[in-house]
Amino acid sequence: MEAKDIIARRVASEFKDGDVVNLGIGLPTLVPNFIPEGVEIILHSENGFTGIGPAPEEDQVDMDLVNAGGLPVTIIPGGVFFDSAMSFTIIRGGHLDATVLGALQVDEEGNLANWMIPGKLVPGMGGAMDLVGGAKKVIVAMTHTAKGEIKILKRCTLPLTGAKKVSKIITEMGVMEVTPEGLVLTEYNTEYTIEEIQAVTEATLIISKDIKPMF
Amino acid sequence: MKKVISMDEAISHIQDGMTIMIGGFLACGSPHKIIDAIIEKGVKDLTIIGNDTGFVDRGIGRLVVSGQAKKVIVSHIGTNKETGRLMNEGKLEVVLVPQGTLAEQVRAGGAGLGGVLTPIGVGTPVAEGKDHLIIDGKTYLLEKALKADVALIFGSKVDEKGNVYYHESTRNFNPLMATAAEKVIVEAEELVKVGELDPHLVMTPGLFVQYIVKP
Repeated sequence: MEAKDIIARRVASEFKDGDVVNLGIGLPTLVPNFIPEGVEIILHSENGFTGIGPAPEEDQVDMDLVNAGGLPVTIIPGGVFFDSAMSFTIIRGGHLDATVLGALQVDEEGNLANWMIPGKLVPGMGGAMDLVGGAKKVIVAMTHTAKGEIKILKRCTLPLTGAKKVSKIITEMGVMEVTPEGLVLTEYNTEYTIEEIQAVTEATLIISKDIKPMF
Repeated sequence: MKKVISMDEAISHIQDGMTIMIGGFLACGSPHKIIDAIIEKGVKDLTIIGNDTGFVDRGIGRLVVSGQAKKVIVSHIGTNKETGRLMNEGKLEVVLVPQGTLAEQVRAGGAGLGGVLTPIGVGTPVAEGKDHLIIDGKTYLLEKALKADVALIFGSKVDEKGNVYYHESTRNFNPLMATAAEKVIVEAEELVKVGELDPHLVMTPGLFVQYIVKP
């Protein structure tokens, strides 16, 4: 299985039936493919609806119905439309059970940077700051390194998207929970040793006494 | 009061140096024909408030490409490379705002409020230079209300009194902006006679709308 599928599959087991979830663009959009039988999650799209369905057939494309990335999607039965203020009332007001998003950097305090690289890339935060600040559970889902470059740090060096908001980090190598003591490795992919995982992680991993395989 | 006017007359309300709000999310639910007419008329030095700068060839971003914007207040510019280029060359002022904050600033502007207190952005570059207030032990930023000279919105179905229904995800910022400007011009995809739009489906009451154009 490819790294991104390993990550998406593990993220998918985080939810309970009925959870309202916002998935960021990129890797997090793979998560619905792995939601277990019997669990129904309500997918929230920050441009203003719940009940995101699959992409339409080419001849069914309707540009009045797009996701937060501007791409045509569908809405499943039970889904509803609303305006941007309502959309962020859901996000900010404690009505969103979880958000899943990628990171440029994340650190052992649960700080997250994913919206700009000064002087290089300034796309803007879009809804990311509200999602990170408002969701009950913030799950960072990403490859453990960026082509070898370390992303899980002691302290983020890039401008933050949110301070001390991340709950959990899920990579192809393992699952790390953010605790007041630091990052606790609770699960690991048995294709790697714990030493190998620590070697590509700047933050010091606290090994859970109940550590178990990821799958 | 006759609200349905020609595009030429509508555009006469938009002048150099004005602050205008434009509805839409990545060009979904934007008043595209009014944008065409603004480009044709060539008004300049506009301050544009919108969710994003869309694309180089679609949505609000066309007014960036045409050089008619001197400042944009948006949550995201990453889908329009011209915005970033002009910003880096010092030809365009870009104010990036978290999307939920932007929605609330516009809502506050239309609701007679001076601003809102939000926890979003605390500890990030967004907080720089802003008043911080601690309420019941939690830190909030004071984000001031936004208002505009003109709001340009897009309605899927509009009656001659200016009552508006928005289809699917075209709603986004449109109903918020319709409350927050001196003059509100709606581009009607479909224009119907008074009485033909079910009052239960009206999302923007016509009292907010001064002018309607039906391209």
